[in-house]
Amino acid sequence: MDQVATGEDFRASSAREGAATHASDDRSVMNCQIQSLYYGQFLAVRDTRIPIASKEITAFIGPSGCGKSTVLRCLNRMNDFVPGFRLEGEVRYRGQDIYAADVDPVAVRRTIGMVFQQPNPFAMSIYKNVAFGLKLNGFKGDYAERIEQALRSAALWDEVKDKLHHSGLSLSGGQQQRLCIARAVAVKPDLLLMDEPCSALDPIATRRIEELMLELKRDYTIAIVTHNLQQAQRVADRTAFLFVDTSKGGRTGYLVEYRKTDEMFSDPAEQRTKEYIRGEFS
Amino acid sequence: MSERAIVRPRLRQPELDAGLRASHDGLRYSLKHRRTLLDAICTGVAFSLAGLALVPLLSLLAMLIVRGGPLLNLELLTGLPPAAGMPGGGIGNAIVGTLIVVGIAALFSVPFGLLAAIYLAELGNGSRFESVVRFAAKTLTGLPSILAGVFAYAVVVVTMGRFSALAGGIATGTLMVPIVTLTAEEALRMVPSRMRAAAYGMGSTRAQVALFVVLPAARPAILTGVTLALARAMGETAPLLFTALFSNYWFQGHIDQPIASLAVLIYNYASSPFDDLVGLAWAASLVLVSLVLVTNLVAQWLTRRPIEH
Amino acid sequence: MQAVEDRTGAGSAARRNSLKASASAFSPPSPFQRGFDVAFRGLSLALAGSVIALLLGIVYQVMAHAAPAIRDLGTHFLVETKWNPNKQVFGVLPEIVGTLYTSCLALLGGGLLGVTTALVTSQGFLSRRWELVLKNVIELLAAIPSVVYGLWGIFVLIPILRPVAKVLHEQFAFIPLFETPFAGPAILPAALVLAVMILPTITAISREALAAVPKRLPAAAYGLGATRWEVIFRVVIPTASGGLFGALVLGLGRALGETMALAMLVGNANVYGWSLLSPGSTIAALLANHFPEAGPVEIRALMYAALVLLMMTLIVNLLGAAIMARATRGLKGLV
Repeated sequence: MDQVATGEDFRASSAREGAATHASDDRSVMNCQIQSLYYGQFLAVRDTRIPIASKEITAFIGPSGCGKSTVLRCLNRMNDFVPGFRLEGEVRYRGQDIYAADVDPVAVRRTIGMVFQQPNPFAMSIYKNVAFGLKLNGFKGDYAERIEQALRSAALWDEVKDKLHHSGLSLSGGQQQRLCIARAVAVKPDLLLMDEPCSALDPIATRRIEELMLELKRDYTIAIVTHNLQQAQRVADRTAFLFVDTSKGGRTGYLVEYRKTDEMFSDPAEQRTKEYIRGEFS
Repeated sequence: MSERAIVRPRLRQPELDAGLRASHDGLRYSLKHRRTLLDAICTGVAFSLAGLALVPLLSLLAMLIVRGGPLLNLELLTGLPPAAGMPGGGIGNAIVGTLIVVGIAALFSVPFGLLAAIYLAELGNGSRFESVVRFAAKTLTGLPSILAGVFAYAVVVVTMGRFSALAGGIATGTLMVPIVTLTAEEALRMVPSRMRAAAYGMGSTRAQVALFVVLPAARPAILTGVTLALARAMGETAPLLFTALFSNYWFQGHIDQPIASLAVLIYNYASSPFDDLVGLAWAASLVLVSLVLVTNLVAQWLTRRPIEH
Repeated sequence: MQAVEDRTGAGSAARRNSLKASASAFSPPSPFQRGFDVAFRGLSLALAGSVIALLLGIVYQVMAHAAPAIRDLGTHFLVETKWNPNKQVFGVLPEIVGTLYTSCLALLGGGLLGVTTALVTSQGFLSRRWELVLKNVIELLAAIPSVVYGLWGIFVLIPILRPVAKVLHEQFAFIPLFETPFAGPAILPAALVLAVMILPTITAISREALAAVPKRLPAAAYGLGATRWEVIFRVVIPTASGGLFGALVLGLGRALGETMALAMLVGNANVYGWSLLSPGSTIAALLANHFPEAGPVEIRALMYAALVLLMMTLIVNLLGAAIMARATRGLKGLV
């Protein structure tokens, strides 16, 4: 019977297979090692190596076009849907390279959740939205309990507990996004990816979701893309700063610096980082 | 800061759920997993079904070429249908007849549909009347073709007291009117507003703007729509069965007489006991389908993107 | 006073024309131009109204010519099974049943194949180029005249079906579907050809319905680790279901109106029943076969039959349009 693997099982299975772990932090869930990333002939990202540490929030920041969303989407093979996508390098998920030839991308996405920039609940009831991932993976336990748990994790339970059978589309923007978060955490993913989750929301909804992230961090590993430096400072434990390289005529993203957030913002190691941070705050 | 305390579910480490357990092979693609297998099977079935849909098309085209192709020669294209049981003969009058009937249909339906479309796109004011007109056009596109023949019979044949090419043309034209109207309206609507603004700004009347500014700009798209309608009209049989009937002779110049057409010829000869006539039906089908396809290609060519400067 | 700058080539010819149209760019329209304007607008209004008049005219003509027959035959016409001009007995029950039976069968086959083809060409199975190629090939099916399908049916499909039908009848005659021997022209070949003919319509409208599903919904499903077909069955199809249903109903409408292929393939026998292998009749085929030779009394009865067909197709097409309208409204919450 085909069912969702959890983080424990990946660590176990990769140990069984004797997969060589890279010189990476033993606590890292993911180790992204991109040499070059192409869309057709266009080099979109180069030389970006970012580990994702367990039970922490890692933020990707940088100007538009620097490839932060692209890199995030590499982590769950969502870039596969873009025609002409090609990766040189490897992305190790608990030791296994998810871009190896025999890997099933669907299996990768089962234990890695994603929340998108624009809230995208399904055209179904709130209940069915949250239950979707559970049903997909053949969950045999108590649905109602699991759904309540997920909605509580997303700080949405009190607002929707009396209208679970209303359409997910009847909620406000901020509520829809929290519904999407509930849907993603219902299957207890090993890693949660969030691609600018607050950019389509108003400031109040944004703050609620930021608080939510800090709560979720206790139990989930999170990687978030944000264009808002203050948000990165508020929620992230570590930050990766990417920038755009226009030296060869194109626009290629690359990693400038990856450090603990408070260190990066108080005392950036790279000049680029200094300029960017100062520029954004001036 | 929010006032409502966020209730934290006291989750432990994501541990082995009773309900959600590991799959043995981790991340590897494997048809041993039920969901992966089902996905592959569905893809196979779907492609087979889609392929099935193409089989009749290929078979039909093959038959046209195999049965009709060998008969194509000058005599076929320029001769008259033979007497029953006699070999040889041609479908020349049917080719001419088809063109004439479609010509009459176009003369009737194109000005009709075009002016109605101009009203809908340019001169109307978004009123209820406009929606009703559009609704009527959409409904007319669903009219069974034989009922167009019935209508033309009631109106033209009965009045004139005889079967005629004119009646056939009007029947076919009735089928074309809604197509021309709807496609022309769409074409007119696609003309950018700034062109209209320019003309109004120079003091033109609404008729002038419609006729001299918008219509020329929409011409390629309108021509495409009309050509597609013509292609369809060429193949229509039912409207002609009891309006234009059939004739074994060349068109004499009188549109108040019955006239031959490829479509009716095919219908008549398809069930003929004489193999020669069946052969003529295949040849006529090949000619008709070729005409329709060429017309369709012309229509597509008309809306090819012009070179931008 | 330079007009708005316009960068497309088509505009400059139009602008020259509109300069011609107003005698001088600086003076108001002349009386002639005003008169022309009024006349032209009147004409186009009249012709727009004539579209409505055409529709109503068709309905009226059919009703008017059918009226004497309606008076004489009443509703008995709808349940009578014999058609005998000499004895003035007219009935269209076999035709009504035949029309509905062949159309529903065609909808089954054409609907399944049509929606599947739409899925295969829109859900990322093929490259964009191949999707376009297949789309054009399917439209080729729509360009072929009905009478040519009929010819193909007679000389290709029926001979192929003969051995199959023989086996089905001999082995499975206890099933009502196969209880009569295969005569050649019959319900089955007619329904199969009809399915092929409505396939392009169903595919085209289904593709539109599927394209209307916003891309972010399947993306969310993929993000949760669904396979391609799980995304299709659990997210895309339910979201597009209104439009897909509309496609099927409109396909049914097209099937009901189809004439020639059926006239040539259905057998034109005044019988009706469940057997796929038995000949049958449809209203359109009845009209095609009897009208040219009919005398005045028979013509009135045929007009009555035409009225029945008209009502059937009108109702189904109106239903289809209403369903499509509701489906596009329903998606407003998503767009």
